[in-house]
Amino acid sequence: MKAVGQIFGHAAALGCALGLAACKQPPASRYTFDAGLRDMGRHVIERAGCAACHEIPGIDWPEGRTGPSLAGFDGVGPIAGYLPNTPANLARFVRNAPAAKPGSTMPAMPISSEEAHAVAAYLYGIDDD
Amino acid sequence: MIEALWGWPPPVFDPAGPYAESVTTLAWVLLGMGVAVTAIVVAALWVALRGPDALKRKLGGERTVWIGGVAFPGVVLTALLVWGLALTASLTADITGDEMRVRVTGEMWWFRVEYLDDDGNVLVADANELHLPVGEPVVLELQSADVIHSFWVPHLSGKKDMIPGRTTLLRVQADRPGRFGGVCAEYCGGPHALMGFVAIAHGQDDFRQWLAGKARRQAASAPGGGAGRRQFMDSGCAACHRVAGTPANGLAGPDLTHVGSRQTLGAGILPNNRGTLIGWIGDSQSIKPGNRMPSYDMLSAEELEDIAIWLEQQK
Repeated sequence: MKAVGQIFGHAAALGCALGLAACKQPPASRYTFDAGLRDMGRHVIERAGCAACHEIPGIDWPEGRTGPSLAGFDGVGPIAGYLPNTPANLARFVRNAPAAKPGSTMPAMPISSEEAHAVAAYLYGIDDD
Repeated sequence: MIEALWGWPPPVFDPAGPYAESVTTLAWVLLGMGVAVTAIVVAALWVALRGPDALKRKLGGERTVWIGGVAFPGVVLTALLVWGLALTASLTADITGDEMRVRVTGEMWWFRVEYLDDDGNVLVADANELHLPVGEPVVLELQSADVIHSFWVPHLSGKKDMIPGRTTLLRVQADRPGRFGGVCAEYCGGPHALMGFVAIAHGQDDFRQWLAGKARRQAASAPGGGAGRRQFMDSGCAACHRVAGTPANGLAGPDLTHVGSRQTLGAGILPNNRGTLIGWIGDSQSIKPGNRMPSYDMLSAEELEDIAIWLEQQK
Protein backbone atom coordinates (compact mmCIF):
# COMPACT_ATOMS: atom_id res chain seq x y z
CA MET A 1 0.00 0.00 0.00
CA LYS A 2 2.79 2.33 0.97
CA ALA A 3 4.56 1.72 -2.33
CA VAL A 4 1.38 2.43 -4.27
CA GLY A 5 0.91 5.61 -2.23
CA GLN A 6 4.44 6.62 -3.08
CA ILE A 7 3.82 6.07 -6.77
CA PHE A 8 0.74 8.26 -6.61
CA GLY A 9 2.74 10.76 -4.59
CA HIS A 10 5.43 10.81 -7.24
CA ALA A 11 2.84 11.13 -9.98
CA ALA A 12 1.28 14.09 -8.16
CA ALA A 13 4.69 15.68 -7.69
CA LEU A 14 5.37 15.17 -11.38
CA GLY A 15 2.02 16.82 -12.15
CA CYS A 16 3.03 19.83 -10.05
CA ALA A 17 6.41 19.98 -11.73
CA LEU A 18 4.74 20.08 -15.13
CA GLY A 19 2.77 23.09 -13.95
CA LEU A 20 -0.62 21.45 -14.45
CA ALA A 21 -2.01 23.06 -11.33
CA ALA A 22 -0.83 24.96 -8.29
CA CYS A 23 -1.39 21.93 -6.08
CA LYS A 24 0.49 21.37 -2.87
CA GLN A 25 0.49 18.04 -1.09
CA PRO A 26 -0.03 18.09 2.66
CA PRO A 27 3.06 16.80 4.45
CA ALA A 28 3.09 13.03 4.96
CA SER A 29 3.26 13.55 8.71
CA ARG A 30 2.87 16.75 10.64
CA TYR A 31 5.68 15.91 12.99
CA THR A 32 8.77 13.84 12.54
CA PHE A 33 10.80 12.29 15.29
CA ASP A 34 14.07 10.42 15.15
CA ALA A 35 13.97 6.65 15.14
CA GLY A 36 15.80 6.37 18.46
CA LEU A 37 13.11 8.29 20.32
CA ARG A 38 10.33 6.31 18.66
CA ASP A 39 12.12 3.09 19.58
CA MET A 40 12.36 4.21 23.18
CA GLY A 41 8.65 5.04 23.06
CA ARG A 42 7.89 1.54 21.97
CA HIS A 43 9.84 0.09 24.91
CA VAL A 44 8.04 2.41 27.32
CA ILE A 45 4.68 1.33 25.88
CA GLU A 46 5.61 -2.31 26.44
CA ARG A 47 6.95 -1.74 29.95
CA ALA A 48 3.96 0.30 31.08
CA GLY A 49 1.45 -2.09 29.47
CA CYS A 50 -0.47 0.55 27.47
CA ALA A 51 -1.68 -2.22 25.16
CA ALA A 52 -3.66 -3.79 28.02
CA CYS A 53 -6.34 -1.23 27.10
CA HIS A 54 -5.37 -0.01 23.62
CA GLU A 55 -4.80 -1.70 20.32
CA ILE A 56 -1.54 -0.11 19.13
CA PRO A 57 -0.08 -0.68 15.65
CA GLY A 58 3.33 -2.31 15.93
CA ILE A 59 2.57 -3.93 19.30
CA ASP A 60 1.56 -7.53 18.53
CA TRP A 61 0.19 -8.38 21.94
CA PRO A 62 -1.97 -7.59 23.82
CA GLU A 63 -4.68 -5.74 21.93
CA GLY A 64 -6.86 -4.53 24.81
CA ARG A 65 -10.27 -3.08 24.14
CA THR A 66 -11.04 -1.23 27.36
CA GLY A 67 -9.72 1.98 25.77
CA PRO A 68 -9.92 3.19 22.18
CA SER A 69 -7.79 1.69 19.42
CA LEU A 70 -4.81 3.82 18.45
CA ALA A 71 -4.69 2.46 14.90
CA GLY A 72 -4.48 5.35 12.48
CA PHE A 73 -3.40 7.65 15.28
CA ASP A 74 -1.42 9.82 12.87
CA GLY A 75 -4.71 10.92 11.36
CA VAL A 76 -6.91 11.68 14.38
CA GLY A 77 -8.28 15.06 15.36
CA PRO A 78 -8.04 16.44 18.88
CA ILE A 79 -6.49 14.14 21.50
CA ALA A 80 -9.30 12.27 23.29
CA GLY A 81 -11.65 14.60 21.40
CA TYR A 82 -10.50 17.47 23.59
CA LEU A 83 -6.87 18.63 23.47
CA PRO A 84 -5.14 20.27 20.49
CA ASN A 85 -3.18 17.54 18.79
CA THR A 86 0.41 18.53 19.54
CA PRO A 87 3.31 16.39 20.74
CA ALA A 88 3.51 18.34 24.02
CA ASN A 89 -0.19 17.79 24.72
CA LEU A 90 0.02 14.13 23.80
CA ALA A 91 2.98 13.62 26.12
CA ARG A 92 1.07 15.36 28.92
CA PHE A 93 -2.01 13.26 28.23
CA VAL A 94 -0.34 9.82 28.17
CA ARG A 95 1.48 10.58 31.43
CA ASN A 96 -1.36 12.08 33.41
CA ALA A 97 -4.61 11.98 31.48
CA PRO A 98 -6.94 13.22 34.25
CA ALA A 99 -4.78 16.35 34.66
CA ALA A 100 -4.59 17.00 30.91
CA LYS A 101 -8.28 16.37 30.32
CA PRO A 102 -10.45 16.72 33.44
CA GLY A 103 -12.78 13.78 33.73
CA SER A 104 -10.67 11.47 31.57
CA THR A 105 -11.14 7.86 32.58
CA MET A 106 -7.62 6.96 31.54
CA PRO A 107 -5.49 6.82 34.70
CA ALA A 108 -2.12 8.49 35.22
CA MET A 109 0.62 6.10 34.10
CA PRO A 110 3.92 5.35 35.85
CA ILE A 111 6.21 6.95 33.26
CA SER A 112 8.55 9.96 33.42
CA SER A 113 7.88 13.07 31.32
CA GLU A 114 10.87 12.15 29.15
CA GLU A 115 9.34 8.72 28.58
CA ALA A 116 5.99 10.35 27.83
CA HIS A 117 7.62 12.36 25.04
CA ALA A 118 9.03 9.14 23.60
CA VAL A 119 5.55 7.55 23.72
CA ALA A 120 4.14 10.58 21.90
CA ALA A 121 6.88 10.23 19.28
CA TYR A 122 5.96 6.58 18.77
CA LEU A 123 2.25 7.35 18.46
CA TYR A 124 2.86 10.16 15.93
CA GLY A 125 5.13 7.82 14.00
CA ILE A 126 2.36 5.28 13.45
CA ASP A 127 1.78 5.17 9.72
CA ASP A 128 -0.78 2.51 8.93
CA ASP A 129 -2.95 4.16 6.29
CA MET B 1 5.35 -10.52 28.12
CA ILE B 2 6.68 -13.71 29.67
CA GLU B 3 10.22 -12.95 30.79
CA ALA B 4 11.51 -16.51 30.62
CA LEU B 5 11.08 -16.45 26.86
CA TRP B 6 12.93 -13.19 26.16
CA GLY B 7 16.02 -11.27 27.11
CA TRP B 8 19.72 -11.66 26.53
CA PRO B 9 21.46 -13.88 27.48
CA PRO B 10 18.58 -16.35 27.20
CA PRO B 11 17.66 -17.51 30.73
CA VAL B 12 18.66 -21.11 29.98
CA PHE B 13 22.25 -19.91 29.38
CA ASP B 14 22.29 -17.75 32.49
CA PRO B 15 21.90 -19.99 35.54
CA ALA B 16 21.39 -18.16 38.84
CA GLY B 17 21.72 -21.14 41.18
CA PRO B 18 23.35 -24.55 41.59
CA TYR B 19 20.41 -26.59 40.28
CA ALA B 20 20.26 -24.66 37.02
CA GLU B 21 24.04 -24.41 36.79
CA SER B 22 24.62 -28.17 36.49
CA VAL B 23 21.94 -28.48 33.80
CA THR B 24 23.51 -25.67 31.78
CA THR B 25 27.03 -27.10 32.16
CA LEU B 26 25.84 -30.52 31.03
CA ALA B 27 24.05 -29.00 28.04
CA TRP B 28 27.19 -27.12 26.93
CA VAL B 29 29.40 -30.20 27.27
CA LEU B 30 26.91 -32.36 25.33
CA LEU B 31 26.69 -29.69 22.65
CA GLY B 32 30.49 -29.54 22.44
CA MET B 33 30.72 -33.34 22.11
CA GLY B 34 28.03 -33.29 19.44
CA VAL B 35 29.93 -30.67 17.44
CA ALA B 36 33.22 -32.64 17.77
CA VAL B 37 31.63 -35.90 16.59
CA THR B 38 29.90 -34.14 13.70
CA ALA B 39 33.25 -32.63 12.66
CA ILE B 40 34.90 -36.10 12.74
CA VAL B 41 32.09 -37.61 10.65
CA VAL B 42 32.24 -34.78 8.09
CA ALA B 43 36.03 -35.16 7.85
CA ALA B 44 35.64 -38.93 7.32
CA LEU B 45 33.03 -38.26 4.65
CA TRP B 46 35.40 -35.90 2.88
CA VAL B 47 38.17 -38.52 2.98
CA ALA B 48 35.79 -41.17 1.59
CA LEU B 49 34.70 -38.98 -1.31
CA ARG B 50 37.69 -36.82 -2.17
CA GLY B 51 40.62 -37.95 -0.02
CA PRO B 52 43.87 -39.57 -1.18
CA ASP B 53 43.73 -43.33 -1.76
CA ALA B 54 46.04 -44.17 1.15
CA LEU B 55 43.69 -42.45 3.61
CA LYS B 56 40.64 -44.03 1.98
CA ARG B 57 42.15 -47.48 2.48
CA LYS B 58 42.82 -46.70 6.14
CA LEU B 59 39.31 -45.38 6.64
CA GLY B 60 37.84 -48.59 5.22
CA GLY B 61 40.14 -50.82 7.26
CA GLU B 62 39.03 -53.09 10.08
CA ARG B 63 41.21 -51.23 12.57
CA THR B 64 39.37 -47.95 11.94
CA VAL B 65 36.00 -49.62 12.42
CA TRP B 66 37.07 -51.12 15.75
CA ILE B 67 38.58 -47.91 17.05
CA GLY B 68 36.19 -45.34 15.60
CA GLY B 69 33.03 -47.42 15.65
CA VAL B 70 33.31 -49.35 18.89
CA ALA B 71 36.11 -48.24 21.22
CA PHE B 72 35.73 -44.46 20.85
CA PRO B 73 31.94 -44.23 21.33
CA GLY B 74 32.01 -46.90 24.02
CA VAL B 75 34.61 -45.12 26.12
CA VAL B 76 33.38 -41.58 25.49
CA LEU B 77 29.68 -42.27 26.03
CA THR B 78 30.35 -44.29 29.19
CA ALA B 79 32.56 -41.53 30.57
CA LEU B 80 29.96 -38.89 29.68
CA LEU B 81 27.19 -40.87 31.34
CA VAL B 82 29.13 -41.38 34.57
CA TRP B 83 30.24 -37.73 34.64
CA GLY B 84 26.73 -36.47 33.78
CA LEU B 85 25.09 -38.53 36.52
CA ALA B 86 27.64 -37.33 39.07
CA LEU B 87 27.21 -33.72 37.96
CA THR B 88 23.44 -33.80 38.30
CA ALA B 89 23.29 -35.98 41.42
CA SER B 90 22.34 -32.92 43.47
CA LEU B 91 19.09 -32.62 41.48
CA THR B 92 17.82 -35.93 42.85
CA ALA B 93 19.48 -35.90 46.28
CA ASP B 94 17.16 -36.68 49.17
CA ILE B 95 15.25 -33.77 50.57
CA THR B 96 16.23 -33.32 54.20
CA GLY B 97 12.99 -31.74 55.33
CA ASP B 98 14.65 -28.69 56.86
CA GLU B 99 14.18 -26.54 53.77
CA MET B 100 11.57 -23.85 53.49
CA ARG B 101 8.54 -25.21 51.65
CA VAL B 102 6.26 -23.52 49.17
CA ARG B 103 3.33 -25.25 47.53
CA VAL B 104 2.86 -24.23 43.90
CA THR B 105 -0.30 -25.46 42.23
CA GLY B 106 -0.81 -25.26 38.48
CA GLU B 107 -4.27 -24.03 37.54
CA MET B 108 -5.72 -23.24 34.14
CA TRP B 109 -3.91 -20.77 33.47
CA TRP B 110 -2.05 -19.43 36.46
CA PHE B 111 -0.01 -20.58 39.46
CA ARG B 112 -1.33 -20.71 43.04
CA VAL B 113 1.51 -20.10 45.49
CA GLU B 114 1.30 -20.95 49.19
CA TYR B 115 4.14 -20.45 51.67
CA LEU B 116 3.98 -23.21 54.28
CA ASP B 117 5.05 -23.13 57.91
CA ASP B 118 6.92 -26.00 59.62
CA ASP B 119 3.66 -27.88 60.21
CA GLY B 120 2.60 -27.61 56.59
CA ASN B 121 -0.09 -24.97 57.21
CA VAL B 122 -0.48 -22.11 54.78
CA LEU B 123 1.29 -19.06 56.14
CA VAL B 124 0.85 -16.74 53.16
CA ALA B 125 -1.30 -17.24 50.07
CA ASP B 126 -0.25 -15.54 46.85
CA ALA B 127 -0.20 -16.20 43.11
CA ASN B 128 2.08 -16.20 40.08
CA GLU B 129 5.08 -15.03 42.04
CA LEU B 130 7.64 -16.83 44.22
CA HIS B 131 9.82 -14.91 46.64
CA LEU B 132 12.84 -16.75 47.97
CA PRO B 133 15.95 -16.03 50.03
CA VAL B 134 19.33 -15.94 48.30
CA GLY B 135 21.66 -18.86 48.97
CA GLU B 136 19.12 -21.20 50.56
CA PRO B 137 17.49 -24.18 48.91
CA VAL B 138 13.70 -23.96 48.78
CA VAL B 139 11.56 -27.05 48.21
CA LEU B 140 8.54 -26.57 45.99
CA GLU B 141 5.62 -28.95 46.40
CA LEU B 142 4.28 -29.00 42.85
CA GLN B 143 0.66 -29.95 42.31
CA SER B 144 -2.02 -29.48 39.71
CA ALA B 145 -5.67 -28.58 40.19
CA ASP B 146 -6.78 -29.69 36.73
CA VAL B 147 -4.53 -30.83 33.88
CA ILE B 148 -0.79 -31.46 33.58
CA HIS B 149 1.26 -28.28 33.81
CA SER B 150 5.01 -27.94 34.08
CA PHE B 151 6.88 -25.56 36.34
CA TRP B 152 9.94 -23.95 34.79
CA VAL B 153 12.03 -21.03 35.95
CA PRO B 154 15.08 -21.55 33.70
CA HIS B 155 17.38 -19.40 35.87
CA LEU B 156 16.71 -21.61 38.89
CA SER B 157 16.17 -25.21 37.75
CA GLY B 158 15.08 -27.59 35.05
CA LYS B 159 11.41 -28.24 34.30
CA LYS B 160 9.22 -30.37 36.52
CA ASP B 161 5.74 -31.53 35.65
CA MET B 162 2.76 -30.71 37.86
CA ILE B 163 0.57 -33.79 37.75
CA PRO B 164 -3.03 -33.99 38.97
CA GLY B 165 -3.36 -36.12 42.10
CA ARG B 166 0.35 -36.12 42.86
CA THR B 167 2.84 -33.95 44.67
CA THR B 168 6.23 -33.70 43.05
CA LEU B 169 9.10 -32.01 44.83
CA LEU B 170 11.49 -29.61 43.16
CA ARG B 171 14.41 -27.94 44.84
CA VAL B 172 15.35 -24.47 43.64
CA GLN B 173 18.00 -22.06 44.80
CA ALA B 174 19.05 -18.59 43.74
CA ASP B 175 22.62 -17.52 44.44
CA ARG B 176 22.10 -13.88 43.51
CA PRO B 177 19.27 -11.46 44.11
CA GLY B 178 17.15 -10.69 41.09
CA ARG B 179 13.97 -11.25 39.21
CA PHE B 180 13.70 -14.44 37.17
CA GLY B 181 10.93 -15.22 34.71
CA GLY B 182 9.15 -18.55 34.53
CA VAL B 183 6.60 -20.24 32.37
CA CYS B 184 4.28 -23.23 32.16
CA ALA B 185 6.24 -25.68 30.00
CA GLU B 186 3.53 -28.25 29.26
CA TYR B 187 0.69 -27.43 26.92
CA CYS B 188 -2.39 -27.10 29.13
CA GLY B 189 -5.04 -25.74 26.78
CA GLY B 190 -6.16 -22.34 25.42
CA PRO B 191 -4.06 -19.54 26.94
CA HIS B 192 -1.17 -21.87 27.92
CA ALA B 193 1.29 -19.58 26.12
CA LEU B 194 0.20 -16.74 28.44
CA MET B 195 0.75 -18.66 31.70
CA GLY B 196 3.81 -17.04 33.19
CA PHE B 197 5.49 -16.72 36.53
CA VAL B 198 8.05 -14.55 38.28
CA ALA B 199 10.57 -15.61 40.93
CA ILE B 200 12.17 -12.90 43.02
CA ALA B 201 15.27 -13.60 45.09
CA HIS B 202 15.94 -11.31 48.07
CA GLY B 203 18.76 -11.11 50.58
CA GLN B 204 17.94 -13.39 53.51
CA ASP B 205 16.98 -10.63 55.97
CA ASP B 206 14.93 -8.88 53.33
CA PHE B 207 13.12 -12.09 52.60
CA ARG B 208 12.28 -12.83 56.27
CA GLN B 209 10.93 -9.31 56.61
CA TRP B 210 8.89 -9.70 53.45
CA LEU B 211 7.39 -13.00 54.59
CA ALA B 212 6.64 -11.74 58.10
CA GLY B 213 4.96 -8.64 56.67
CA LYS B 214 2.76 -10.70 54.37
CA ALA B 215 1.86 -13.09 57.19
CA ARG B 216 0.86 -10.14 59.40
CA ARG B 217 -1.32 -8.77 56.62
CA GLN B 218 -3.10 -12.13 56.22
CA ALA B 219 -4.19 -11.94 59.85
CA ALA B 220 -5.24 -8.26 59.72
CA SER B 221 -8.15 -6.49 58.08
CA ALA B 222 -7.87 -5.21 54.53
CA PRO B 223 -6.63 -1.64 54.05
CA GLY B 224 -8.65 0.96 52.17
CA GLY B 225 -12.36 1.06 51.72
CA GLY B 226 -14.90 3.28 50.07
CA ALA B 227 -16.28 2.95 46.58
CA GLY B 228 -13.71 0.48 45.27
CA ARG B 229 -14.20 -2.05 48.02
CA ARG B 230 -17.98 -1.75 47.73
CA GLN B 231 -17.82 -2.16 43.97
CA PHE B 232 -15.55 -5.22 44.31
CA MET B 233 -18.02 -6.90 46.66
CA ASP B 234 -21.11 -5.85 44.65
CA SER B 235 -19.74 -6.97 41.30
CA GLY B 236 -19.30 -10.55 42.42
CA CYS B 237 -15.50 -10.55 42.35
CA ALA B 238 -15.56 -12.30 45.73
CA ALA B 239 -17.09 -15.41 44.20
CA CYS B 240 -13.68 -16.29 42.77
CA HIS B 241 -11.19 -14.12 44.62
CA ARG B 242 -10.10 -13.98 48.23
CA VAL B 243 -8.93 -10.83 49.99
CA ALA B 244 -7.93 -11.69 53.56
CA GLY B 245 -9.74 -9.67 56.20
CA THR B 246 -12.84 -9.13 54.05
CA PRO B 247 -15.88 -11.28 53.26
CA ALA B 248 -14.27 -12.03 49.88
CA ASN B 249 -13.27 -15.66 50.18
CA GLY B 250 -13.53 -17.17 46.71
CA LEU B 251 -10.93 -19.80 45.95
CA ALA B 252 -11.41 -20.40 42.22
CA GLY B 253 -9.17 -17.54 41.12
CA PRO B 254 -5.90 -16.04 42.36
CA ASP B 255 -5.79 -14.76 45.94
CA LEU B 256 -5.80 -10.94 45.76
CA THR B 257 -4.71 -10.21 49.34
CA HIS B 258 -1.33 -8.99 48.07
CA VAL B 259 -2.18 -8.15 44.48
CA GLY B 260 -1.04 -4.54 44.89
CA SER B 261 2.53 -5.62 45.58
CA ARG B 262 2.77 -8.17 42.79
CA GLN B 263 5.02 -7.39 39.87
CA THR B 264 2.67 -8.73 37.21
CA LEU B 265 -0.99 -9.24 36.35
CA GLY B 266 -2.72 -12.00 34.42
CA ALA B 267 -0.09 -14.61 35.48
CA GLY B 268 3.26 -13.07 34.64
CA ILE B 269 2.15 -11.34 31.45
CA LEU B 270 1.30 -7.68 32.15
CA PRO B 271 3.08 -5.06 34.23
CA ASN B 272 1.06 -4.17 37.33
CA ASN B 273 -0.21 -0.60 37.53
CA ARG B 274 -3.56 1.15 37.73
CA GLY B 275 -3.92 1.27 33.96
CA THR B 276 -3.26 -2.43 33.41
CA LEU B 277 -5.51 -3.32 36.38
CA ILE B 278 -8.36 -1.42 34.73
CA GLY B 279 -7.63 -3.01 31.36
CA TRP B 280 -7.48 -6.50 32.84
CA ILE B 281 -10.70 -6.20 34.86
CA GLY B 282 -12.51 -4.41 32.04
CA ASP B 283 -11.66 -6.84 29.28
CA SER B 284 -9.30 -9.62 30.31
CA GLN B 285 -10.61 -11.70 27.42
CA SER B 286 -9.02 -9.40 24.86
CA ILE B 287 -5.68 -9.69 26.68
CA LYS B 288 -5.70 -13.42 27.47
CA PRO B 289 -8.43 -14.99 25.33
CA GLY B 290 -10.07 -18.02 26.92
CA ASN B 291 -8.95 -17.31 30.48
CA ARG B 292 -11.52 -18.06 33.14
CA MET B 293 -12.17 -14.49 34.24
CA PRO B 294 -14.99 -12.86 32.29
CA SER B 295 -14.57 -9.35 30.91
CA TYR B 296 -16.32 -6.90 33.23
CA ASP B 297 -17.33 -4.62 30.39
CA MET B 298 -20.68 -4.00 32.09
CA LEU B 299 -18.88 -1.76 34.58
CA SER B 300 -18.33 1.93 33.87
CA ALA B 301 -14.83 3.37 33.57
CA GLU B 302 -15.27 5.05 36.98
CA GLU B 303 -16.32 1.77 38.60
CA LEU B 304 -13.35 -0.04 37.05
CA GLU B 305 -11.00 2.63 38.32
CA ASP B 306 -12.50 2.48 41.84
CA ILE B 307 -11.88 -1.26 41.98
CA ALA B 308 -8.35 -0.79 40.61
CA ILE B 309 -7.59 1.86 43.23
CA TRP B 310 -8.75 -0.44 46.01
CA LEU B 311 -6.80 -3.41 44.65
CA GLU B 312 -3.65 -1.27 44.36
CA GLN B 313 -3.81 -0.84 48.14
CA GLN B 314 -3.88 -4.60 48.78
CA LYS B 315 -0.21 -5.20 49.46
